Amino acid sequence: MALDIEKIADDQMILNIGPSHPAMHGTIRIVVKLEGETVVDSDVEVGFLHRGFEKMAESFRYQQVIPLTDRLNYVSPLINNVGYVMAVEKLLGIEDLIPERTQYIRVIMSELSRITDHLTCLGAMVMELGAQTAFFYFMTAREYIYQVIEHVTGARVTTSYTRIGGLRNDLPDGFEELLEAALRKTEEVLSEIHGLFDRNRIFIDRTRGVGVISQEDAISYGFTGPLLRATGIPYDVRKAYPYLVYDRLDFEIPVGEYGDTYDRYMVRMLEMEQSIRIIRQAMKQLPEGPIYVDRRDIVLPPKEEVYNTIEGTINHFKLIFEGIKPPKGEVYVAVEGGNGELGFYIVSDGSERPYKVRVRPPSFIHMAALSDLIKGHMIADIIPIFGSINMIGGECDR
Amino acid sequence: MGEEMAENIFVKKLKEKFPSIEFENERQHDFDIIKVPRDRLFSVIKFFKEDPDLDCDMLVDLTCVDYLGEEPRFELVYHLRSMKKLHMIRVKSRVPEDDPVIDSLTPLYKIANWFEREVWDMYGVKFRGHPDLRRILLYEEFEGHPLRKDYPRTKEQPLVPYRKQES
Repeated sequence: MALDIEKIADDQMILNIGPSHPAMHGTIRIVVKLEGETVVDSDVEVGFLHRGFEKMAESFRYQQVIPLTDRLNYVSPLINNVGYVMAVEKLLGIEDLIPERTQYIRVIMSELSRITDHLTCLGAMVMELGAQTAFFYFMTAREYIYQVIEHVTGARVTTSYTRIGGLRNDLPDGFEELLEAALRKTEEVLSEIHGLFDRNRIFIDRTRGVGVISQEDAISYGFTGPLLRATGIPYDVRKAYPYLVYDRLDFEIPVGEYGDTYDRYMVRMLEMEQSIRIIRQAMKQLPEGPIYVDRRDIVLPPKEEVYNTIEGTINHFKLIFEGIKPPKGEVYVAVEGGNGELGFYIVSDGSERPYKVRVRPPSFIHMAALSDLIKGHMIADIIPIFGSINMIGGECDR
Repeated sequence: MGEEMAENIFVKKLKEKFPSIEFENERQHDFDIIKVPRDRLFSVIKFFKEDPDLDCDMLVDLTCVDYLGEEPRFELVYHLRSMKKLHMIRVKSRVPEDDPVIDSLTPLYKIANWFEREVWDMYGVKFRGHPDLRRILLYEEFEGHPLRKDYPRTKEQPLVPYRKQES
């Protein structure tokens, strides 16, 4: 509810936090009504980073939307890339034709992204609690993963790695050794972080019992991802509706018990270990083969053909100028993003541009509950609660 | 995502419960879709939520599609899921341009509050019974609703006027 700042009792005060406040990540404004230091009511304002993603996507061709999806969740862009192309592939009816190698690589890259997402979230959260050193531990581990991602996709953040019907390029030479080295170093950092926080008196005091949400409220608020799992509900899109090759991989879903900030920290820490497990298995099972579907009306021909044969040139020209035209229809595809269920609802009118691209943004949905989560807590508790939500501005505001 | 077993349970139950409702249903890309008239939307979704066999306790997503030139113009799209049974259903309802009003789902789902504010902000569809229907992503002074198909893509409405560059 909007706060009526005129109607406050004598012992109450109104305090404005953000949007230009480092703990609000520059994109959130919270107006809180305080009684002493206790929050009695609040109004959360989002939208400071609104770029009109959906409006832009409607005027772009299907292939051109892929770079826009990077900018949604910029700490796990690969999951966004994968989710969007999976939705378009389903619309085209080619989801069963995607080569196995592509599916495995998509899984590996998604899980790498999940690790960077969780590392960023926890790093920022503990830093805002004063643990500056630990922030650098998290960022060091993230850097190991980013270097692997950069090696594969050519970019650290704006990856645009997937293509409709395939991937931009295959894994580079020496990828396996590089990946294994990065994973081993990440595991070392994770065990150090466990040692720093799991039984740290100060950390537990700041997070245990803070920002608790019940299972019923979490479902009513549409929570998914680590926030829902922290309340004890083992819902994960990868298990509930297995996509890609997740049904062939063995992993567990960590759940919390109380649904508080500490549980969210723990769920994310344990999920990273599971992600590493998934990546190792996927690397072992990774088959050889093509990375593109064999459909010339969807996938660009190889460059040698474009430059040397007239058919290749025309094919390339037609795909660029006319685009991909999925049949009329609509589709909803969800993947497990770093923050929760990342859904793409796409409506096609049969032309080369999507009629509607809707993203189900987990960050936006979790932010809707922030007002309830901070109610009754001290003003200093807003920081860890907000940190544990892992609000990503690009996705929340689109 | 709908499972084979759950394919027609929504349609079957709906016919039993509301024999008088005229609705359409179809299946697209493994997803069941039910279209209901807007004055019955609230009671249908309430039934989907409260019936123990359907048990749709999560409003996964709510959005709107603007079919400019068609009548009625705006189509609201609700995605519902049962967290126990893991089945999903897409419920749709259309509202006309000259009276874009539909019942709010805020008494059923807490997340409906922000979802409906976003649809109001972007499409200008009003929700009857919403406690706090304000703009959410844009600012109060913004005129129009940008995701409508007749809103120009390049139109700008800066809060602070741009400075003229001096030559």
